Amino acid sequence: MKEIVIISGKGGTGKTSLTASFALLAQNAVLADCDVDAADLHLILTPNIQKKHEFWSGVEAIIDPALCTNCGACLNLCRFDAIKETNGAFHIDPTACEGCGVCARFCPKGAVRLEKRLCGAWMVSDTRAGPMVHARLGIAAENSGRLVSTVRQEARRVAEETKRDMILIDGPPGIGCPVIASISGASAALIVTEPTPSGEHDLLRALELTRHFKVPAFICVNKWDIAPEKAEQIEKQALANGATVLGRIRYDKGVTQAQKQAKAVIETDTPSASDIKGLWKHFQQQMEKENQP
Amino acid sequence: MKIAVASGKGGTGKTTLAINLALAAKSPVLLLDCDVEAPNAHLFLRGDLKRQHIVTIPVPEVDETKCDGCGMCSDFCAFNAIVSFGTVPVISHEMCHGCGGCMRVCPQKAIHEIDKRIGVVETFSCDTITLVQGKLDIGVALAPPLIRAVKEEAQGDLVIIDAPPGTSCPVIATLREADFVVLVTEPTPFGLNDLRLAVDVVRELSLPFGVVINRAEKEDALVRPYLEAEKIALLASIPDDRRIAESYAKGQTIIDALPEYEDVFTKLLQKIREAA
Repeated sequence: MKEIVIISGKGGTGKTSLTASFALLAQNAVLADCDVDAADLHLILTPNIQKKHEFWSGVEAIIDPALCTNCGACLNLCRFDAIKETNGAFHIDPTACEGCGVCARFCPKGAVRLEKRLCGAWMVSDTRAGPMVHARLGIAAENSGRLVSTVRQEARRVAEETKRDMILIDGPPGIGCPVIASISGASAALIVTEPTPSGEHDLLRALELTRHFKVPAFICVNKWDIAPEKAEQIEKQALANGATVLGRIRYDKGVTQAQKQAKAVIETDTPSASDIKGLWKHFQQQMEKENQP
Repeated sequence: MKIAVASGKGGTGKTTLAINLALAAKSPVLLLDCDVEAPNAHLFLRGDLKRQHIVTIPVPEVDETKCDGCGMCSDFCAFNAIVSFGTVPVISHEMCHGCGGCMRVCPQKAIHEIDKRIGVVETFSCDTITLVQGKLDIGVALAPPLIRAVKEEAQGDLVIIDAPPGTSCPVIATLREADFVVLVTEPTPFGLNDLRLAVDVVRELSLPFGVVINRAEKEDALVRPYLEAEKIALLASIPDDRRIAESYAKGQTIIDALPEYEDVFTKLLQKIREAA
């Protein structure tokens, strides 16, 4: 089974638009939206939710004011600035607490308890591009990396059950916890970038990350014609860093128009649709090449 | 005053807005780039590097001569970062949050802490702007400790904070203690969806906020109706101007490349000061 993850380093380069089109072109893939704290793929693929599960993960510490003597021991123990003092009484800021449990274990009065934490929900849905696993992180909740792992695990289960041999993952921006959880162990990463200094800078960091985790990397420059020279420069750097250049997508206002109609770009006849189809074809050829002995 | 610039969706123009706000201030201002996974402000300001310091978190190390393999550290760790099977534990520094719990529970006092590097904090000087950025090391999962280190540099009358995209822990770590949050969005379905999530977060954190629409079009059936229904202040609109995209691609700030927009940022800063 192939797990293909689409990431970017920089946000807003076109990951989700590309994933939605690829999903329709692939025909036989399971989709996983791993951008759990700002998921958008559902806006294009309008899923019919079949199963919804609460996502409980980790714990949060709560001080019982009846037992607390305001000794301040927890204040010194907490490494996350989560213990707050208001009018001489201590309480814990749930948005700062990482759920390590140190305060609860070492409170001399046993006034701190740990409660299980509801951190969001994950769903298995049907879409016109195939089954999709997606999630919603709770407001200001922790554990986005674990939620990503849950989504990937569930996508693998669905793929086995429905005998599909590919999982397409819409990844989050950045290079931190949820990105690492999205790419580790994946068959290939497609990094979408743009011909700007930020696009270039963040692509190089994303390529360092894929190398670190030994995931083969492909790149594509979106909106390449905004700065053709920059696009070329980026492709050269990507090659020098061991990535395969998959192709380019032109700047196209039709992408936003498609999004407004809840359509994937390739479901319209806007000019960049043919670029994306070309990319997909190239990508398939590359994957087949890899499969040959 | 600390103004944070955030957005749910990536690529809506946070960095552009933060930089141009800082330029529009025309007086000494500190710009904190808290998007430590993808810090980009320095690419547009090109200041001189003045200082750099390494940021570490404390992670456990086991003295094998003292460890009797009791496994209490392993049982205690909430992050599966230290695992023992009746043996000297195996430690995964990547998973460790640095809470110090394992060291405290160890009855043999066999665990001490060592510093693990997670990234650097760099200070640049660029005319009236002092830029402090955090840069997370490749392969490090946890951004919040580095973000906290960047925020420790906050000083002076005006601090502008460039936040990472999304709505999870790095964003929360960045926004906490801000005096005002500017949420940047674009009039697209993705922009609106992620704006709603970001609004949920700033409301949860009880922070005053307003919205800037970037790449604004004359017709907007998405973001403007939402703001009106939610009674959220629209602070400014920046039009969808291909020249802005092209100057950005060249690494130029809007105020330098297209001075006619300076007024937009001067007025925005004024509005924020009045609102906060």
